[in-house]
Amino acid sequence: MTAPPPAPAIRRQLFVTLLVFGSAAAATILMAPLVGPTRLSLGRVFDRALPFAQNADAQIFFIARLPRVLAAALVGCALATSGVVFQALLRNPLASPDTLGVSAGAALGAIIAITFDLQVHVAGLTAVPLASFLGAAGGLLIVYLLSTARRQGLSTNVLLLAGVTLNAFFAALILFMQYLADFTQTFRTVRWLMGDLDVAGYAPIAAAAPLVLVSLVAFAFLPRPLNLLSLGSEAAAARGVDVVGAQRLALVSASLATGAAVALAGPIGFVGIIVPHLVRLLVGPDHRLVLPASACFGAMFLVACDLVARTAFAPLQLPVGIITAVLGGPFFLWLLLRRAEGRM
Amino acid sequence: MRRLLPTPSTRPLVRLLLAAALLVATWPGPARPAAAARTAPAAGARPARIVSLVPAATEMLFAIGAGPRLVGVSSYDHFPPQVNRLPRVGALIDPDLERIFELHPDLVVLYATQDDLRQQLDHAGIPAYPFINGASLSDVLSTIRSLGARVGSDTEAAALDARLTARIDAVKAAVAGRPRPRTLLVFQRAPFALRDIYASGGVGFLNDMLEVAGGDNVFADIKRQSVQISSETVIARAPQAILELHYTQPLSPADLAREAATWNVLGSVPAVRDHQVHLLVGDDLVVPGPRIAEGIERMARALHPDAFKGK
Repeated sequence: MTAPPPAPAIRRQLFVTLLVFGSAAAATILMAPLVGPTRLSLGRVFDRALPFAQNADAQIFFIARLPRVLAAALVGCALATSGVVFQALLRNPLASPDTLGVSAGAALGAIIAITFDLQVHVAGLTAVPLASFLGAAGGLLIVYLLSTARRQGLSTNVLLLAGVTLNAFFAALILFMQYLADFTQTFRTVRWLMGDLDVAGYAPIAAAAPLVLVSLVAFAFLPRPLNLLSLGSEAAAARGVDVVGAQRLALVSASLATGAAVALAGPIGFVGIIVPHLVRLLVGPDHRLVLPASACFGAMFLVACDLVARTAFAPLQLPVGIITAVLGGPFFLWLLLRRAEGRM
Repeated sequence: MRRLLPTPSTRPLVRLLLAAALLVATWPGPARPAAAARTAPAAGARPARIVSLVPAATEMLFAIGAGPRLVGVSSYDHFPPQVNRLPRVGALIDPDLERIFELHPDLVVLYATQDDLRQQLDHAGIPAYPFINGASLSDVLSTIRSLGARVGSDTEAAALDARLTARIDAVKAAVAGRPRPRTLLVFQRAPFALRDIYASGGVGFLNDMLEVAGGDNVFADIKRQSVQISSETVIARAPQAILELHYTQPLSPADLAREAATWNVLGSVPAVRDHQVHLLVGDDLVVPGPRIAEGIERMARALHPDAFKGK
């Protein structure tokens, strides 16, 4: 890696990056609720004279579309940024929010709730997201114990192997649950595993948002340690990075964001692994730029994918996970090839 | 050690395979009218030891008096209560071949998609009756006759067909001439949330039952048995009545009331505004067997209470 640019230069780059990515994300998020299978009249949506209960346009806007767009933005932002952190921390381009078993834990929780038809409801939340978050917390606890197991910090290989093992362990339990489940429950679990942003209300979003925000605040402390950790932990320690502390902060905060996102919308693939690479192709490897740009790009990307998912075959809707990979895949390959040519 | 990758791609693959397997297994597929004819019954043979892997077929067999000849049923059979005394032999994706052989059946009723099982039974010389999952209401009635013929109970099957047809005609007569509410027929939804809503499209026996019961399906234009819909679609299609089927878990009256109230957030939908959200509880509505007449009557009573006053 080349030496990081000096502070004033990076400040200017950060400003430009935030301006470009931020305004693109804001525009997407503002525009998305206006587009959908039904034509809405904005005048009617905000017509205060009409009681809300009788205003179909307002109901579509506020009950059906806005929560979905907000959920997509939150989940996209959380998955993309935690993908960046995991890839840097594990020094592995194939790392993603799914690598360490937190989302598999979330999936196990959700599937237990579906299979045993748990009937819990707390503050507008239903059993599946609650159980899913508990599962993610279980996965997070294991990851945290791993990170504190050795005082000198963990090698990336140990973490990766632990992740593979946790994933296999949870996957086996998920299969066992599916074996116990009956037809309709199996169908619901398979559907849950495809990911879904139709979160039915603001309560689940309000529950997930603070957790993602806490993680984002933690991420704000990470760019410099991550930049140096990518040179190797000895090199980072030599430059004054508290390697153990940075590893723990990164692990826990990225896992928290992942858990919140998966509990909210199920495991939506592709965003957490490809958006970070896409952003690196656009802004370079410096995490001071990659992290904020990924937050914006992830949000924008998932909102746009969900827009396609709910309109392309309306009134049918597709699972958004299909769109993320089908649209994002070719775009990423194109960008990859174009960059490779440019270097030759 | 960069080669030592966590293969994050394997788990999604497993999921995809599982999903695909489930889809293939439950997909009604193109109608295969020849399938039933392919397994020619031995001349004059009247099966005496029947195994049924299909709950709807089990119900049909009991309804035509062939119940006592059943020696094994699927793990999903709940009706009639006599099935609880019979051995379970698995179901669509996990038929227990060994258990089936143990029961020495002379006829196995299986899903038309269970090709592997049929081949294995063929090798063992055990005849099979491939059951085609009810694509329409008339399919249910014709299956009753063809299954009846296969087990040597033609007369009883014809009588059952006539009884069901008469009940269905009575419902048609009762609702004739009444305004037909545009109806949303929901057969699955996440508990206590307007999420993962699955409704009947414009084909299939559920759609046919609704039409007979005097409702017009709001998704009649979508020629699929099941449609996943968002709350936006519900608001936009503005159904005048919502029928929601609950058949998996026994729900307490309080939970049923909560489930009904879940729809209240969509106040602009005529069905919600006019208190025309009806929860129908019980598996008689989703098993394409002889209880469909009952299911149709219950739908009709919910949609047209006046037509059944005093009845």
